[in-house]
Amino acid sequence: MATAIEIFKHLPKKNCGKCNFPTCLAFAMQLANQKVKLSDCPFVSEEAKAKLEASSAPPIRLITIGDGPKKIELGDETELYRHEKKFFHPTRYAIVISDLATDDEAEAKLQRARDLVFDRVGQTLALDMLAVRNDSNDPAKFAAMASRVSRSGLPMALMADRPEAFRQAVADAHLARPLLYAATASNVGEMAAAAKELKCPLVLRSDDLNALADMVETAKKAGAEDLMLDLAPARAKDVVEKNTIVRKNAVKKTFRGLGYPIVLNACGDERAVLKAMLSTMKYGGIVLLDDLDPAHALPLFVLRQNIYTDPQVPIQVKPGLYPVNDPGPDAPVLFTTNFSLTYFTVMADIDKAKVPAWLLVVDTEGLSVLTAFSAGKLSAESVVEALDETSAKEKSGKGVLIIPGMLSRMSGKLQELSGLKVVVGPRESSGIPKMLKSGQV
Amino acid sequence: MVDVPVPKEKWSGKIGTVAVGSSPAEGGSRSSRLMLGGENGMPFLSYEGLGQRQRLAGEVLDSIDGTPEMSIALFGDAVNDPVAWALRWKELGADIICLKLRSLDPEGKNASIEDAVQTVLDVLKAVDLPLIVYGCGNQEKDAHAMEAVSNACAGERVLLANAEENAYKSISAAATANGHGLIAFSNLDVNLAKQMNILLADFGTKLDNVVMDPLMAALGMGLEYSYSVNERIRLAGLMGDRMLQTPMCCDLTSSWETREATEENEAWGDATERGAWWEATTGLAALVSGADLLIVRHPRSLEILQDAIAELRGE
Ligand code: B12
Ligand code: SF4
Repeated sequence: MATAIEIFKHLPKKNCGKCNFPTCLAFAMQLANQKVKLSDCPFVSEEAKAKLEASSAPPIRLITIGDGPKKIELGDETELYRHEKKFFHPTRYAIVISDLATDDEAEAKLQRARDLVFDRVGQTLALDMLAVRNDSNDPAKFAAMASRVSRSGLPMALMADRPEAFRQAVADAHLARPLLYAATASNVGEMAAAAKELKCPLVLRSDDLNALADMVETAKKAGAEDLMLDLAPARAKDVVEKNTIVRKNAVKKTFRGLGYPIVLNACGDERAVLKAMLSTMKYGGIVLLDDLDPAHALPLFVLRQNIYTDPQVPIQVKPGLYPVNDPGPDAPVLFTTNFSLTYFTVMADIDKAKVPAWLLVVDTEGLSVLTAFSAGKLSAESVVEALDETSAKEKSGKGVLIIPGMLSRMSGKLQELSGLKVVVGPRESSGIPKMLKSGQV
Repeated sequence: MVDVPVPKEKWSGKIGTVAVGSSPAEGGSRSSRLMLGGENGMPFLSYEGLGQRQRLAGEVLDSIDGTPEMSIALFGDAVNDPVAWALRWKELGADIICLKLRSLDPEGKNASIEDAVQTVLDVLKAVDLPLIVYGCGNQEKDAHAMEAVSNACAGERVLLANAEENAYKSISAAATANGHGLIAFSNLDVNLAKQMNILLADFGTKLDNVVMDPLMAALGMGLEYSYSVNERIRLAGLMGDRMLQTPMCCDLTSSWETREATEENEAWGDATERGAWWEATTGLAALVSGADLLIVRHPRSLEILQDAIAELRGE
C-alpha cells in the first residue's frame, strides 16, 4: 500500500473539502489507511488514478490455482528474509504426467500422488498438484488425460504450446482454474488471449528477464492479469540469482514489472531435487517435476515446512501423555515442553534408550524448556495440572517423575505439589538413554 | 525493450578470510592452503561477489560408539581406523579432514591424551589435506588435549575446536601459540555469536584466526532458527559489524540424530538415500544462509554438496 505522502502527490491539492475532509492531505491519510475510496474525490485525473492503483497493488500478485479446499495460492509476498516477518505462501510441488503415458504409467504417478502424504509435527505434508503435458500434439488426447488426472482432486497445471490444446482440455475436462504453462515470446499474445477467455492463470517463459518483462506487458495488454514467470534457469546458480532479482525488485519496488510468482520446470533435469530445494528457500512458487521419490520428498517437504514456519509462532505439538516403547504401569514419567524441537529431541532420545516410558508434554505455547521457564509459561503448578489432566499418575503407578536437568530448581516444589518422587534428569536429553538404562529409576 | 535492473546491494562490510592448512610454501606439509570466507555479498549472488569457495570437511571419529550405523556403513572397516577413514575421504573428494577425538571422553573410552595425539599425527602423516581437530566435549580434558594437539601439529595451521563462552581461554592460547586457527561455538543466537567473537578478540585472538560455528540445527530439528540466525549474522557482517565478519562453519552431522533421517519405513523410501539427503538438505540450507565450511558424515551427502557448490558458483 502506498504511503499518505505518495498518495498526496497525486491528488489535485485543491483542499476543496468535497471528499468530506478539510484538506487533500487529510484525505490522503484516510486513503492510506484504506478508510475511504479514491472515487470520493471528484477531481482526481485518470492518470493519477491509474498510478495510484498500480502503486497500491501488492508487490507480487496473488495467484490462485484450482478451487475448493485444495486450491493453491501463491505470491503476495512482502519480505526478502523470513526473519523480517515471514514467508506467506509456501512453494508447491507438482508431478507431470505425459498425455502419451500408458495406463500403467499414468496410474503409477497418480498412485505416487496419493502416497506422498506425511504427517509431521501435527501438520500434513503432501504433494500439491498434478500437471498434464501435451506431448502427443493431439488436443483430444491431451483433454482425455487431463480429464483422467483431474479426478485426483488436486489442482492442475496444463502444459502445452498451443492455445487450442488449452481450450479443448479446459472445456472437455471441466477444469477449475488450471495453470496454463507456458507462453513464449513468439506466442504470448494468443496465449494471453486464451488465458483471459478461459479465466486461467498463465505462465510466461523466457531465460531473459528483459524479454520476460516485455512479455508481461504484452500479456496484460491482451487482458491476462494472472501471470506467473518461468525464468528458465540453466543452472542452480540461476535459480538463486534470478529468483532473487525478481523478488527483490518487487518487494523493494525497484522494478514492478515482474511482480509475479515464479514457476520452475525441473522436468528432465538431473538436478531436479537440488533445484526444488533451492526454489523452496529462494522465493520459488511452483516446481514441476517428472516424479518425486519419497526418499527425496520427505526432506524436501520438511525443508518447506521449516522455511515457511512463522518465526514468531513456533511449531508446536499437542500437549498430552505420549507412550514411548510400549510402557506399562511400572514405566516412569518424564516431562518436557510442547515446542516441537524440544519434543522431538527428547522423544528420539527416549526412543533410542529402548526403555518403556511415558512422556508428559506440558503446554508451554511452543517454547523450549528454559525459554518457557523464564517467560513464566512453565512452572511446578502447570506441570501438576498436566499430570492431572492426562491421568498420568494412574497410567504410571511408579510414583516417579523425571524432569529436565535445566529445571533442577523446580524439583522441591514439584515434589511437594505432585506427591511424586522427583528425579532431576540430565541437562541434555542425549543423556536420557544412559539414565534410563542405568536402572536408577 | 524494458530494462530490468539488477538490485545489487552496496554493502559497507566484507567477510574476512581465514586460512586453513599450511602447504610446504608456508612451512607445513598439506597439499595446499585453503582460504575460507571473503564474501562481498549475500550467498551465491555473483553480481555482489562470491568470495572463496565453500569447503567440505569429511568427519572422522576415533570412536564410533553411539553413531548411527547407516551414516557410516559405506566406509566399511575404515571406521575403526582413522587413517583409513581419512584416506577414503580424500578419495571421495573432501577438501578437509575433520577429526573428532571422541575417545578422550572420560565417561566413554577415556583414552589418554598421548594416544589421541598419536592418532592426529598418524592422520596428518597419511593424508595431506588440511585438518580440523575437535576434542570430546569434556572441558577440562579438552583443554589439555588441545594444547598437546597444537604442539604436535605446529606449522600445519590446524583449526582447533571448540572455543565456547565458558571455555575459550586455554584453547585460544593453544591455537595462538602455534599459529593455528579456531572454531568459536555459540548457541543459535546472533548476539551470542557476536559475544563469543568479542570475548576472543578481548583475549587477544586475532579474528582472522576465527571461524564461527553458530550451531546448525538439522532439518526438522529447528533448521529454521539456524537459517535465520545465519542470515542475520551474514547481513550484520556485510552491514559493517566487525565482530560478525568471521567465516561460518556448520556441522551437519547432527542430521543423523533426526528420526526421519534414518528410520526404516516403506512409505518414506530408501533409508540410506533419505538419510544422505537429510544431511545434504541441512547443508544446502547452511550454504544458502551463509556457511563457508560444512562438516559432513556421509559420502553421498558430500557428493551432493560438492556438486551443489560447483553449480551454485557457476563453475
Ligand atoms: C531460540 C530461543 C528463543 C526463541 C524461542 C524458541 C522457542 N520456541 O522456545 C525466542 C527468540 C522467541 C526466545 C525468547 C525468549 N528467550 Co530464549 N532462547 C532461545 C535459545 C537460543 C535456544 C532455545 C532452544 O530452542 N533450545 C533447544 C531446545 C531443544 O532445548 P530445550 O528445550 O532446553 O531442551 C533440551 C534440554 O532441556 C533437554 N530436555 C528437554 N526436555 C527434557 C526432559 C527431560 C526429562 C530431560 C532429562 C531433559 C530434557 O533436552 C533438550 C535437548 O538437549 C536459548 C539459548 C540457548 N542457546 O539455549 C535462549 C534462552 C532459553 N532464552 C532465554 C530467555 C530469557 C528468553 C526470553 C525471556 C527473553 C530473551 N532473552 O530473549 C524470551 C521469552 C519468550 C517469551 N515468549 O516471552 C534464556 C533463559 C535464561 C534462563 N537461564 O532461564 C536463554 C537460555 C538465553 C540466555 N542465555 O539468556 N528464545
Ligand atoms: S475532494 Fe479532492 S481536491 Fe477536494 S479536498 Fe478532497 S482530495 Fe482534495
